[in-house]
Amino acid sequence: MNTVVAPTPGAAAAIPKARFDWIPVGLLVAVMLLALPAVGSGSSWLTLTVAGLAMGFIIFIIASGLTLVFGLMDVLNFGHGLFIAIGAFMATTVMGGMATFADTGVLQALLAIFCAMLVAMSVAGALGLAFERVIVRPVYGLHLKQILITMGGMIVGEELIKVVWGPLQIALPLPEPLRGAFIIGEAAIEKYRVLASVIGAVVFGLLAWTLARTKIGLLIRAGVQDREMVESLGYRIQRLFVGVFVAGSALAGLGGVMWGLYQQAVSPQIGAQVNVLIFIVIIIGGLGSTLGCFIGALLVGLMANYTGFLAPKVALFSNIALMVAILVWRPQGLYPVTNR
Amino acid sequence: MSTPLLELRGVHTHIGAYHILHGVDLAVPEGEVTMLLGRNGAGKTTTLRTVMGLWRASQGQVRFRGQALERAATPDIAAAGIAYVPENMGIFTDLTVKENLVLAARSARHEGELDAARLRWIFGLFPALQKFWLYPAGKLSGGQKQMLAVARAICEPRALLLIDEPSKGLAPAIVQNLVTAFRELKAQKTTILLVEQNVMMAKALGDRVAVMDDGRVVHTGPMAALADDAALQQRLLGLSLGAAA
Repeated sequence: MNTVVAPTPGAAAAIPKARFDWIPVGLLVAVMLLALPAVGSGSSWLTLTVAGLAMGFIIFIIASGLTLVFGLMDVLNFGHGLFIAIGAFMATTVMGGMATFADTGVLQALLAIFCAMLVAMSVAGALGLAFERVIVRPVYGLHLKQILITMGGMIVGEELIKVVWGPLQIALPLPEPLRGAFIIGEAAIEKYRVLASVIGAVVFGLLAWTLARTKIGLLIRAGVQDREMVESLGYRIQRLFVGVFVAGSALAGLGGVMWGLYQQAVSPQIGAQVNVLIFIVIIIGGLGSTLGCFIGALLVGLMANYTGFLAPKVALFSNIALMVAILVWRPQGLYPVTNR
Repeated sequence: MSTPLLELRGVHTHIGAYHILHGVDLAVPEGEVTMLLGRNGAGKTTTLRTVMGLWRASQGQVRFRGQALERAATPDIAAAGIAYVPENMGIFTDLTVKENLVLAARSARHEGELDAARLRWIFGLFPALQKFWLYPAGKLSGGQKQMLAVARAICEPRALLLIDEPSKGLAPAIVQNLVTAFRELKAQKTTILLVEQNVMMAKALGDRVAVMDDGRVVHTGPMAALADDAALQQRLLGLSLGAAA
């Protein structure tokens, strides 16, 4: 009885095909190709490109939670950086405790990093649950208050981090087996950046699969567009809100671990420092769009590395310039979410 | 008249500082199509939204199968068997037609769990939905979107459909398609509370009518009686149904 009823084979040819918007993807490829002659050396270009993509993947992990939270809940969470900071500091604790073990081999190093990720995600997720309940829930629909109270929440969180871990910067060195680079021709590809790219790609894949192939994903995508209608269909959007907020916080915690290891140092202000970057990314991508966030993060990562090499002074404002250029071209971002 | 499926007694609704409904009394009998007519701003949409719990009744009672709904959450109201098609259709434009329907079928986790027989019936009512099955709903025409909105409301059995101005902004040929579909729903004794400004549709479908003005129901009775009484039409609606049709 319950078989799939799809259009009949004879009619299949007449079915209009929905066209995917490849232009932002083309822009990403174009940026990479245009950088090749500008950089001059193929090996330098490869090094910069891998570094930029790795940075972009890490930024995506951090920003994906924020774009979902904004898209679904219409919440401007300026406290997102707190979860990043918590993730990074949990990494210092876990990695510090496993330092000797992690230095004994590649598998041990990976195991230590995954333990740090697991702990960071759990703590950041739990903190996200409390943050949503205590700080965010009373200000649903009130953007100005959201900005003020979530920023306040982050400041309080930063101070608490100083109480627990101290006010000074803490080193977060990579385990010995993950230091150094793979040499491909004359190009040096840092091992950690390869790892970061793989983890970023896996997170993107899982997120994309969840959003596209599961009912929860359908609900999130629908809720981003029209929360009221989702409720009218019989679904409790509040539960979805909490779930997405916790997942977004956990992703930020994961991103904090990745970012901390990328910088090899962690300070209580790490969240505030990254906050600006991730807001640029989600605005470039289109508020609420996961794919847009992904492409936007990769663009930001590539631009930072290319301009850092070609014109270091330009690198100081390259992300802002990129955002302005994209918003002039597409005011709603690369992949605008409709009905917003 | 037997016990109505849906009954509103003295319902008041405030939206912010505005007092929109001023004591609505309305009964929707089971198995009939009740038209909710009235001028713009009379409170028709607010009435539907209040039933759905999207706006809270500040006073009065909303009873569905005798069960109090005025304090229930919207998902619980939907789960009780009420489907709602809003004036703006509420289509998820970034989702495909298929995904819109999978979402509307609460018991289905994916396409394979949709009720195939019911889906064939829906495709019979709205063939365009089968043609555009994998197409983003945002790319559909206005009429096709309205068909999808109605299909979403009926893709699982529902006791009551609340439909808000389905003909709004649609070409006459598309409206006629909708009328045909609603007639089939009516033939199956589906209970519908239909807000409509299109008098042709109202006359073609309505068993009963309630006319609203200034946040109150000012007239109830058989649709045929209103359709036959030009003076009453003029007084209640400021127009003649016969002339308009």
